[in-house]
Parts: sequence; C-alpha cells; structure tokens
Amino acid sequence: MTSLNEEVFPEQASDIPVRTVTITVNGEKRSANVEPRLLLAHLLRQGFKMTGTHTGCDTTNCGACTVLFDGKPIKSCTMLAVQADGHDVMTIEGLASASELHPIQEGFKDEHGLQCGFCTPGMMLTAKALLDVNPNPTEDEIRWALSGNLCRCTGYQNIVKSVLWAAVKLRGQAAN
Amino acid sequence: MYPSRFRYEAPRSLEEAIELLRLGGGEAKVLAGGQSLVPMLKLRFASPEMVVDINNIAGLDYHRVDPDGTIRIGALCRHADLENSAILHAHQPTMAAAAPVIADPIVRNRGTLVGSLCHADPQGDWASVMIALGGSIIAQGPNGRRSIPVADFVKGPFQNVLAFDELAIEAVVPAPKGVVNGGYLKLERRVGDFATVGVAIALESSSGVIIRAGIGLTGVGGTTINAIEAAKALIGGPLTAESIANAGDLAAQGAQPRTDHRGSATYKRHIVRTFVVRILDGVVESMERAA
Repeated sequence: MTSLNEEVFPEQASDIPVRTVTITVNGEKRSANVEPRLLLAHLLRQGFKMTGTHTGCDTTNCGACTVLFDGKPIKSCTMLAVQADGHDVMTIEGLASASELHPIQEGFKDEHGLQCGFCTPGMMLTAKALLDVNPNPTEDEIRWALSGNLCRCTGYQNIVKSVLWAAVKLRGQAAN
Repeated sequence: MYPSRFRYEAPRSLEEAIELLRLGGGEAKVLAGGQSLVPMLKLRFASPEMVVDINNIAGLDYHRVDPDGTIRIGALCRHADLENSAILHAHQPTMAAAAPVIADPIVRNRGTLVGSLCHADPQGDWASVMIALGGSIIAQGPNGRRSIPVADFVKGPFQNVLAFDELAIEAVVPAPKGVVNGGYLKLERRVGDFATVGVAIALESSSGVIIRAGIGLTGVGGTTINAIEAAKALIGGPLTAESIANAGDLAAQGAQPRTDHRGSATYKRHIVRTFVVRILDGVVESMERAA
C-alpha cells in the first residue's frame, strides 16, 4: 500500500485521521492512505506516479486534469481523492494497450491534434467518453463535447479532425 | 492548491448526514457535486472543519414529473442528467434551455442543480430559472422537512437561509396551470465563464392568454433579480409585439448591472432587453406552431 501523506504533505501533523481509499485505476485496484483534503489529481500524479494527468489551471477551467470517473469525464483537480474510493478511474495511461496506440492517439498523431501536448490527455479522454456513447459524431457535437477542455496552441481545428479520424477508425474496428 | 485540513464524512443516509451537520454546529459544509465547493476550498474562501459528502446517499439522483405536473429534482441530480433529460424537453422548456449552458460539459457531469441553488452565487444560472418558475427547495432537518420558495431562499451572495443542521434534498417546480412555454438565454465570453447576462422566462398560457409569467435575471445585480414588473406586464393578454417590447424595457429597467470586465452597464441592460424579446418571439413562434 502506498502511503502518501508524508510525500504530499511533508508538514503533516494533524489530528485528522487519514483514510484508506481503494480505487480501480485503469483496471487495476490501487490503495492509498490519504488526507481528506488531497485532490484526486494529486493522488494520481504524486501518489501513483501517473503524471499523464496534467494540472493546468487548478481552477476547474482548463480540463487538462480530466480523467474518466466511472466512464464519464470529470476534472480531477476538482474532486477529493477520498471521493473516488470504490470507483473506477481511467487516466491517459490506460488508453493505449502496451504495444499499440489507441485510435484516438493515432488520430491526434495523424491529424496533428497537438502542439505542446499539455491539454492532450484531457482532450483524448473527453473524446473517448464522447465516442463511447456517440460513435458517429458531427463536427458540432465534437466541438460541444470538447468545450470544457482548453487548448492554447491548435485553435482546435486539428483536434476536431483528430477525433473525427478516430471515430472513423473505431467504427471500422467495430464493423470487423 | 491545497484546501485547509478538514474532517471528511461520507454518510449513507439523510438522517446520518443531518446528525453530522448537527454535530458540526455550523462548521460543516455539504459536498454534492463539489464544482463550486472544491474550488472554494482550494482558494481557502471556505475552510470548514468538516465536509459532509452526500454522494453515497442512495436515492437522491432522480428527477421526475409527478402525475399532476410537479417537477422534482433530487440533490444528486447532475446538470448533465438534466441536459439529456427527455422529461425536461417534453415538460419544461426553460429548464431544458438552461441545462446545456451551465458551466462546461465536464463540470456538468458532477455539478448539481440543488447544490448550485444552495451555493447562491449571484451569477448562478439555476437561481434565475427557478425564480422564473416559482420553484422551491425542500430542506430536511432534525425536526422534519420544510419547503422554502427559491425567491426567499437566498439571503445574500453565497448565503442561503438553511439552518446549519438542514440539508437541501430536493428542488421543486410547481405544477403548471396552463400551457408551458419559456426559455433561457445566456451571454458568456467563452464556455464555462459566468454569465455576462442571463435571462430566464417561464410562461403559462390558456387559449393564448398569459396566465402566469416569471422572469429571472442572471449576472446583472448583486443577487439574482426577480423582474416582477416585466413579468406582471405580460399577464392577462396574448403576447404581442407591443407587450413583448414593453416586457423587454421593464426587465432592462429592473436590472441593476455594473460596468466590469464583462461589459458596461448600458450594454448589459441592452442585452437583457434583447434576450427578453428574443425568448418571447421564440415563444410566439412555438405557440403558433402548436396552434
């Protein structure tokens, strides 16, 4: 079991009990002792060393910290780690299989859907949640779904193209 | 950013939650969607001793229409549930129009309508909608339940009238007595920003005559504005170009906007008028289609 408190809150000296949380992260059960005030984004990054989840604005605006919580995109900087106890979390590390890119990652590569890459984990996971429920989205539907994820590089055009690309590929896979 | 330290409790029943709030003695905060509370904790605008997370209480995530037409929204019904709600699309156009423009799609997966009303941000969209609809909040405390009209629920910015050991468990929209119409329009600089201006209109009509009207304004005052004069002016007659223009003028007069980085007071008043007219023009069209 990972103990996080020393690491994340080195000054730890409080009578508030730590809580043990068990979260299924990318299909694998992970446990940690956390202070209630620890944010899910920090547990993932500092605790589980999964730094694919980015913290951008830290103010619930930018969506770089987006993870899938029971399959739905949420901003992990705006959820307490204790709230995730018993739930299923998917981070960007869980998108690809070991040897192969996920079609959404392929799409971002092929259509130049990223420049600096900071917003990309959030973009991809939000796109995954969209394509899970709507395999054939219009461009408008993609823009609507991604409107909580901010990108300062691309102007969004290539991100939208990347998701369209992935939708085609995923539909092809589903048909086979 | 880290919140201050707090004790965390995740009760499994309303009774347990209320007991925790009672023990908290005013130093406890209720966590539902957390999309306003967690940012406030992080900025340390809020430093409660205890956070009572109600997400593990079963049976609060509903929204439904009673046989008489009353709409009930549970404390854990998320904005996204309302955005995708066939019930709202069929029965309540003002709410159906507002749900997709709350915050952004990711925030809508967590945030709740009841929590938003409790948060009592003068910029909150749902407060205008519920004031236009004449809605109320059901609060449960140690001595039972009471109903509080949304218009009386907010004491001031970020303050509601709940006692420290009361929990808002449901929002209620009363059953309509006529044909329901209305809408919500919001001007925002970008998705997820607070409203520069928001206008909520809820109407009920009988044979084309307006029998009930409510207009709520977001973002144009220190608190949500109940544009009573504008609403009153619509009651007792059909919607005409004249009555619509008049309501727009009265709503603009009722607004108390301040010049800020989102726009000048004059501009915001202009938008209030424009939105009132635009929503009511849309209502006229839909009434004509229905007839």
